Amino acid sequence: MDAFLLQILNGLDKGSAYALIALGLTLIFGTLGVVNFAHGALFMIGAFCAVTLQRLFSLSFETIDPSQKDFLGNPLKVKTPYLESWLGPDAGGAIIDWSVPLAILFAIPIMITIGFVMERGLIKHFYKRPHADQILVTFGLAIVLQEIVKYFYGANPIQTPAPDALNGVANVGAMIGMDIVYPVWRIVYFFFSVLIIGGIFAFLQFTTFGMVVRAGMADRETVGLLGINIDRRFTIMFGIAAAVAGLAGVMYTPINPPNYHMGMDFLVLSFVVVVVGGMGSLPGAVLAGFLLGILESFASTTWATTTLPGINQIIIYVVAILVLLTRPRGLMGLKGVMED
Amino acid sequence: MSKRELSRRGVLKTGALGGAGLALPTIFTASSAAAFTNEPTGGTVTLGFNVPQTGPYADEGADELRAYQLAVEHLNGGGDGGMMNTFSSKTLQGNGILGKKVEFVTGDTQTKSDAARASAKSMIEKDGAVMITGGSSSGVAIAVQGLCQEAGVIFMAGLTHSNDTTGKDKKANGFRHFFNGFMSGAALAPVLKNLYGTDRTAYHLTADYTWGWTQEESIAAATEALGWNTINKVRTPLAATDFSSYIAPVLNSGADVLVLNHYGGNMVNSLTNAVQFGLRDKVVNGKNFEIVVPLYSRLMAKGAGANVKGIHGSTNWHWSLQDEGSKAFVRSFGTKYGFPPSQAAHTVYCQTLLYADAVARAGSFNPCAVAEALEGFEFDGLGNGHTLYRAEDHQCFKDVLVVRGKENPTSEFDLLEVVEVTPAAQVTYAPDHPMFAGGTLGSCNPGA
Amino acid sequence: MFGLDTKDTRSLIIVAILVVLAPFILNPFPAASAMAQFNAGYPDLMQKFVIFGIFAIGFNILFGLTGYLSFGHAAFLGVGSYSCVWMFKLLGYNVIPGILLSVVISGIFALAIGYVSLRRSGIYFSILTLAFAQMSFSLAYSVLSNPKFNLTNGETGLQVYANDPQWFHRDSLPDLPHLFGLSMRATHKLEIGAWEFQLNVGYYLCALVMLGCFYLAIRIFRSPFGLMLRAVKSNQQRMNYTGLNTRPYTLAAFVISGMYAGLAGGLLSAVDPLAGAERMQWTASGEVVLMTILGGAGTLIGPVLGAGFIKYFENIFSKINDHVLHSWFAFLPDGIEDFVVFLIHPFIGKGWHLTLGILFMLVVIFLPGGLVEGGQRIGNWVRGRKRRKSKTATKTEPAE
Repeated sequence: MDAFLLQILNGLDKGSAYALIALGLTLIFGTLGVVNFAHGALFMIGAFCAVTLQRLFSLSFETIDPSQKDFLGNPLKVKTPYLESWLGPDAGGAIIDWSVPLAILFAIPIMITIGFVMERGLIKHFYKRPHADQILVTFGLAIVLQEIVKYFYGANPIQTPAPDALNGVANVGAMIGMDIVYPVWRIVYFFFSVLIIGGIFAFLQFTTFGMVVRAGMADRETVGLLGINIDRRFTIMFGIAAAVAGLAGVMYTPINPPNYHMGMDFLVLSFVVVVVGGMGSLPGAVLAGFLLGILESFASTTWATTTLPGINQIIIYVVAILVLLTRPRGLMGLKGVMED
Repeated sequence: MSKRELSRRGVLKTGALGGAGLALPTIFTASSAAAFTNEPTGGTVTLGFNVPQTGPYADEGADELRAYQLAVEHLNGGGDGGMMNTFSSKTLQGNGILGKKVEFVTGDTQTKSDAARASAKSMIEKDGAVMITGGSSSGVAIAVQGLCQEAGVIFMAGLTHSNDTTGKDKKANGFRHFFNGFMSGAALAPVLKNLYGTDRTAYHLTADYTWGWTQEESIAAATEALGWNTINKVRTPLAATDFSSYIAPVLNSGADVLVLNHYGGNMVNSLTNAVQFGLRDKVVNGKNFEIVVPLYSRLMAKGAGANVKGIHGSTNWHWSLQDEGSKAFVRSFGTKYGFPPSQAAHTVYCQTLLYADAVARAGSFNPCAVAEALEGFEFDGLGNGHTLYRAEDHQCFKDVLVVRGKENPTSEFDLLEVVEVTPAAQVTYAPDHPMFAGGTLGSCNPGA
Repeated sequence: MFGLDTKDTRSLIIVAILVVLAPFILNPFPAASAMAQFNAGYPDLMQKFVIFGIFAIGFNILFGLTGYLSFGHAAFLGVGSYSCVWMFKLLGYNVIPGILLSVVISGIFALAIGYVSLRRSGIYFSILTLAFAQMSFSLAYSVLSNPKFNLTNGETGLQVYANDPQWFHRDSLPDLPHLFGLSMRATHKLEIGAWEFQLNVGYYLCALVMLGCFYLAIRIFRSPFGLMLRAVKSNQQRMNYTGLNTRPYTLAAFVISGMYAGLAGGLLSAVDPLAGAERMQWTASGEVVLMTILGGAGTLIGPVLGAGFIKYFENIFSKINDHVLHSWFAFLPDGIEDFVVFLIHPFIGKGWHLTLGILFMLVVIFLPGGLVEGGQRIGNWVRGRKRRKSKTATKTEPAE
């Protein structure tokens, strides 16, 4: 039973990253009708916002310590972060320690700006072009973005730890009398994603802006004829979608150290999630994200892999095939979306 | 299909074309005056450095390239000579190889066997490379080794750790300086015994492909010989990025040692996840839970950050070694590039020197002569102590390092400390050991 | 000729001439010159050009005609490669059985996957094909290479071992893939002055097959069947309403293009007898999509151009390193030389992906019809300029 609940929890935790990325993809697709292959790259850039902030915080000056030697036998240069020398080791150290959560504030304006620039500078010109062209140009953009990141940060993963206070494990089963130990940061990630998803839905449901956007998603032309500048709103939605992907990336860095191709690793998977959920359906994307997370988690148990060898490698695709064959438009897809 | 009329002229033309097509092959019989593939005839000799420049191992590839360039510089008499001064064989003069200036071409393997072979082929077919070296994964090394055997050039393997490279897939034209999975197991076992005792229960997480399997097999065999019990062996997909669903079941499995048969990005993530789940602070069966990473690399340790502290593994070479060869190499590499070399850089530097030396001793670039010079060659002064290039399988036998993640690193390079140097005798195995059986070396192929 | 109209005959002949003379055309620079770096006329790359040309031509029969965007075509390429190597392992190194089997097996494979996937259209179809291909890749990479049932040899790639049966292998035959004794690796080096040209058997075999494939593709494009496929692309619903079942047509196109991919895979193994699982990865499927769209989807020659473009970059740009750059710009003063190398450095060697990505974007943004459109525009521009010139000439005459 403990093990069962642990896998459920793990599935929800895995699913929260899928759901966040799929949510952003669907937002872009639903509003602009653009298949954005660069969405994984936005996730990756978000993660590197956290890396960058961590590096900015730990900018250091060097002092020479003659008592120690470096690898060439010269006196060792000891690095001290400026923050620690200005604010004292405690306060400065604490800021560096909390750089990942602080990077949320840092990433939001950056991601929204990147989203705006991308939409106005590139995507805008592709609304009327075939989906294949959109895929190709955004794929090219994804390659360019990740190569730029690689040029500055290298190809190896970069460790970006969570604050010490959130680094340990918690026994989440204690209150129901069970022993379920789970890393604190992963639980934080789960609640963070629920918060973001809830926020997006509330924004679309309860604000006038959201209402207009939803109307635009349903019938763009009519809304335009009503004299509403729907393009501008869609641009803002693109910025928001980019920010969602970016925040998903920022918060993901302590879970797995980011590298330049992490976006590509998630790209195919997130497309499968979106399609299983149903193109253009926001609840579908979220539902499919969590569902596939849980299924993936169960497929990797020893029981599953001994019963069906290799099932852990293909589960996502098997599910995608089964869902698409039984429910033509995915779990909650809308009729007529992306079927031609 | 609208137009199908066949005119007499059309038939004639078709016939003529077909005839020409049939006649073609007889013109193209291979005719070459050279004694072997890409025999260097001018004042220069070209070596092909085939490393991953894109993809997840690009940083290791970049470090390998640095070492290659350093080796070429030293061979041509530039720089401070590096390990050429400490190398036990003194045939190299610093005037290139056999008086021919060393030039090189580089290529990108992309860590894919197809791309690696394409790149190696272009070096052989277009640039006239007489030796190919490099690689940062076993699949690529084995694929390129096979190609070099067919084409008739020497292959000096770079970073490849699978038993198969000099086991099932060994080739007469291929040589490996790096150690292998079996050696990792043999070197680690006694250290693990001293540290953790003989009553342990191990849980293996293994990358689900050839290298992972041979590694798992080697480690499990070595630890079971100590009296350890292997409770589970779980295969993880190569493409996996998040290992939490594989780590979670470890918590309640009753195991008290976790062996991570992963490399590269897989290893960084699985280790990070394992530490996240609090495995390092866990106590099972009254014993501290331990994590073992059989194949360590400093570049990857850097990616895993503080998570490597206190975790044991094995490595081919580490820059903190204090023998003359290592010191000379670290000095010349560090002076040129500003940071210490990785084990990948070390092994490819050695391979380049060893090749050049073998050519010089053989007095010929002919792959068969070079292979003969390398087979059974014993040397010292390249950082690993006394080493033998065994003739039976073209594997180097030398000391293996057992290392541990350092608790208090003094710099960003100072991540590992050497715990023990396992002597070569202890990691030596018979050429027909079951883990290496199944392949034949064949005979050397000089090509053309 | 061959049942083609003049225009198609002309393009077929042009392609044939280009393909036959490729070893000369692709080696424009003397072997010893600094520009030899850009020569592409060596056997491996030329083989890749035509083989991926076949792959892209086949993909275009599906995508260019019906508009169905498959993201899983690499699976057929991989299956073809594996079948061919298995023939080498079982029968011997003659390439004919291997190539035939690779077409057959990939055809069967395509029939099965197409039958299921074509029940959906649009992006749902793309994801279904992607899912099948990724499953094939994952299984080939790990599960199907376990010691008990080793079908693919996993990471190392399927290859021929000395203890394989090879029933029809005799000692007189080459120990490498061959066509009735003629080794695929046999290369005749032709030295003319400072130039060196390589005429390779494997290349000419692939080239011959590609010409056949190209011819077949033209016939399909011009046939009533091709017209039907185009109708599917423009409006499938209307076709269905007129009482026509389009499924058999799309399925036929899918199987044909799958067989083209399998043939390409078989040829890949024929010129280099090792089949790796990476050939089936989604990036490989993506690559053929890129080739086709980059060259010009729906055009006959476009996919071949796209394939050449990508393979050229992959093999030539990745090999330029700082060392080479310095040798090119050695004539500049030191400081400027370093600066120029510094500027170019991010785009070559390990940065070739960046260059490729930028070029993709430029082509897609400015040439929606792909490279073919670029060629047409240049053609129009040249013709237009001539016309303008003659116009201005006639205009000025009366004034004089």
